[in-house]
Amino acid sequence: MKSLTTLVERLGGINLLPVLLAIIALVLIGSPSTWLTLTIAGLSMGMMIFLMASGLSLVFGLMDVLNFGHSAFISFGAFIAASVLAALAVWVAADSVLLNLLALFAAISAAALFGLVAGWMFERVIIKPVYRDHLRQILITMGALIVAEQIILAIWGGSPVAVPRPNFLSGSLIMGDVTIEIYRLFAFGLGLVTYMALHAVLNRTRVGLLVRAGVENREMVEALGFRIDRLFIGVFAVGSALAAMGGAMWAGYETLITGAIGSEMMIIVFIVIIIGGLGSIEGSLLGALMVGLMGNYVAFLAPKMALASNMILMMAILLWRPYGLRPAVK
Amino acid sequence: MNQATNEPHGQTMGGRTGRLIAYGLIGIIAICLFFAPLLFPDVRSQEVAARICIFIVLVASYDLLIGYTGIVSFAHTMFFGLGAYATAIALKQMGPGWDAVIIGGALGVGISVILAALVGLLSLRVKAIFFAMVTLAAASVMAVLASQFSDFTGGEDGIIYKVPKIFSPATKLLTDENGKVLTIFGVKANGKMAAYYFVFFGSLILYFLMLRIVASPLGTVLEAIRENEMRAEALGYKVVLYRTAIFCIAAAIAACAGILRAVWLKYTGPETTLSFAIMIDILLMVVIGGMGTMTGAIIGATVMSVAQFYLKDLMQLASEATAGIPLVPDLLDPDRWLLWLGLLFILLVYFFPAGIVGTLARKGHHP
Amino acid sequence: MSAPILELDPILELDNVFTDIAQYHILHEVSLHIPEGGVHVLLGRNGAGKTTTLRTIMGLWQAKQGAIRFRGEDITKQHTSDIARKGIAYVPENMGIFGGLTVEENMRLATLDGSFDQDRLQRIYTLFPALEKFWNSSAWSLSGGQKQMLAIARAMIEKRDLILIDEPTKGLAPAIILNMVEAFREIARETTILLVEQNFLFARSLGQTVAVIDDGRIAHSGTMAELVEDVALQTRLLSLSLDAHQ
Repeated sequence: MKSLTTLVERLGGINLLPVLLAIIALVLIGSPSTWLTLTIAGLSMGMMIFLMASGLSLVFGLMDVLNFGHSAFISFGAFIAASVLAALAVWVAADSVLLNLLALFAAISAAALFGLVAGWMFERVIIKPVYRDHLRQILITMGALIVAEQIILAIWGGSPVAVPRPNFLSGSLIMGDVTIEIYRLFAFGLGLVTYMALHAVLNRTRVGLLVRAGVENREMVEALGFRIDRLFIGVFAVGSALAAMGGAMWAGYETLITGAIGSEMMIIVFIVIIIGGLGSIEGSLLGALMVGLMGNYVAFLAPKMALASNMILMMAILLWRPYGLRPAVK
Repeated sequence: MNQATNEPHGQTMGGRTGRLIAYGLIGIIAICLFFAPLLFPDVRSQEVAARICIFIVLVASYDLLIGYTGIVSFAHTMFFGLGAYATAIALKQMGPGWDAVIIGGALGVGISVILAALVGLLSLRVKAIFFAMVTLAAASVMAVLASQFSDFTGGEDGIIYKVPKIFSPATKLLTDENGKVLTIFGVKANGKMAAYYFVFFGSLILYFLMLRIVASPLGTVLEAIRENEMRAEALGYKVVLYRTAIFCIAAAIAACAGILRAVWLKYTGPETTLSFAIMIDILLMVVIGGMGTMTGAIIGATVMSVAQFYLKDLMQLASEATAGIPLVPDLLDPDRWLLWLGLLFILLVYFFPAGIVGTLARKGHHP
Repeated sequence: MSAPILELDPILELDNVFTDIAQYHILHEVSLHIPEGGVHVLLGRNGAGKTTTLRTIMGLWQAKQGAIRFRGEDITKQHTSDIARKGIAYVPENMGIFGGLTVEENMRLATLDGSFDQDRLQRIYTLFPALEKFWNSSAWSLSGGQKQMLAIARAMIEKRDLILIDEPTKGLAPAIILNMVEAFREIARETTILLVEQNFLFARSLGQTVAVIDDGRIAHSGTMAELVEDVALQTRLLSLSLDAHQ
């Protein structure tokens, strides 16, 4: 028993949970090809959710601020990307991979830029006045979410908006029995690259060091001479930009978006950061992958229980680890 | 953050006038609601009046959590919905009798209390913010489940059913010498009036129940917990248990409000009970009225309900007036009333966290 | 109150400071004059207000009334980070170590630009060999004593003008405490230390001046020599806190 524990630890410990989930799913689903399709779908969805959730987790870990309005950035990101892609429809539909890439790059950058700027403004205007007051934070950011959603409805209208998918990303790879959507691979790849970039910044730069320290002990970082509130604005803005990017990617995934996208994702994002633990991107990734996989497996096995299953997963993990799987702060 | 600490304790001259105004308003509202079938006999107004009664109960029970104990929960609509759906399904399956109302209602309240206990014990010991998130997730899951298990719940369309005969318009509540239905000031004393008074007195009873709770030793302990949790714990009060208790109580009352709603509307669906818009309404009402004041619930519910009424008409006018300008008419479209209410909400939370009643009474209860 | 110790201007002055936490009044009319150089001790029981004093100096808690001056400059209302940049280091009661970071990373945060003065680093390695050994390990894996060493090393890695240290010996074994005395003597050669302690024996071996705080008020201030000689005074001021603490 002891050697089993050490072996598990050596192989990654808690990080193996998604693998465990995948194995259980394989047993329940039976067909390997279906399982593979679902797993890839789950992983790519997980990556997109990671983009949406990581910012919220870091912000809460660093500054004890819970931004219920976070999902507004997801919505805006989705709609802005959709509009950009629609405006560049010719490039999107073209055969040239270069043009496709340019359009894609424009869409994602527009979303990210919006997130950055709006996030910065949001922090200064809405969050800063209620830094230490959790109750008012929750209420005000909730209010901001409502207002943001209404603004989206006012600008883009209430009917679903179609999102043109770049030519080179549409379609699927077929390998034997297995169908893999190319877009999903792309989403997974982009998410992974972003994770690695975040990881590098957090672990190899001075700014990253400050963020990691600040998540643990804000006061001490100040006592060492650093203005943590400036740091916070940066983290908030980047977190919002990431959420917008996640929204943009999600828009491309769903190809049809409605104003409700923010609220739909908000629950999932919360479940993810509770499961993953606050303040660490490793935790967010872990949580996101698990939620993505769980959602897809259950959608296949028992369609009506998809959202409820994630809720149950969250409660189960909270019972076992009240602070989440890999929190930065206990 | 805490405005209260600098405020003078005890009532100031201004405070006394303010409280008189507040009580005056409440008196007027109470009279209007009591005589509503006579004063506002048209269907739309009746609906608004009944809605106000039910929301007063909902908002007051929510204030028990947020104002008196300092718990932020987004699951209130879940319990409201449970009470309503349980009653509705019972009425549909068992037929329009009082047994259905009682059994369905009891089931609804029972399940609410059990769920509240589970969620509470599980999450009330973690950070407050976690708890808020968990309740949000729970409420969403419930909404999704309700729309998915449509054989049972009627899905998105909800379910229609009949209610006990006494509430039928054909029933003569009071009759004159000839056996025909009595008219009081031109309004028929029939089943519809009975239905309204069912809602009115039901709400009244629940409201007084809450006043008793607030005035009881439990109420005092809850306020102590809200003010200084660590101190309360040090004094020997098991904070988790008290919080769970009030969470269950509030859930039960919300479920009862759901029963009233189900019987009044003769229809229950996700839109009327579980939707997030209702949660937002409750939040707005509690903030407008004033957190931590039972009277705030009455004022908040009334102000919001009446405003929603007229606000939409106003916005329609404004939207048409600005038709030529880009974007502005879309922002003023009456469907966008939540936008402006949301902005109002934000401004209120910043500048008047004490709400109408709080500001009037200059109690300065901190939010 | 005895005669002032030195004629030079104090490096740190507290002038009738009052501090509240929520609705509790913690510090009343606290006045301190810390001369430059050497070790100065603030002694007191649990809950006397020692930590609050340090936190008020660092700006972590706002003084309600009164003034705090560092080298003559009023720092009462300044940001913690600005106060730190003036050359004041703070070693809190819970050590303030970042457990998820390595020992090296913890040390790096204490430097202005991320680079280490090699001489000073060597001195630290000599005083606290464990730090060199665990240089690349996560700080949470260190023992209590080692964490305390890290906290102190962090205050040493660059030259400071004033170091505020809060109860460094709490919960530590006597052998480690001896080691610490060495380290403090070394540090005190080039800077001023304001040491907050309950442990009279430890304080006595290091401190040149002492102030006793009780219930948020300064009950006595003077030289350490005086207090050591006057056993009656010790008993009166420190009652239970005497040699009972190791």
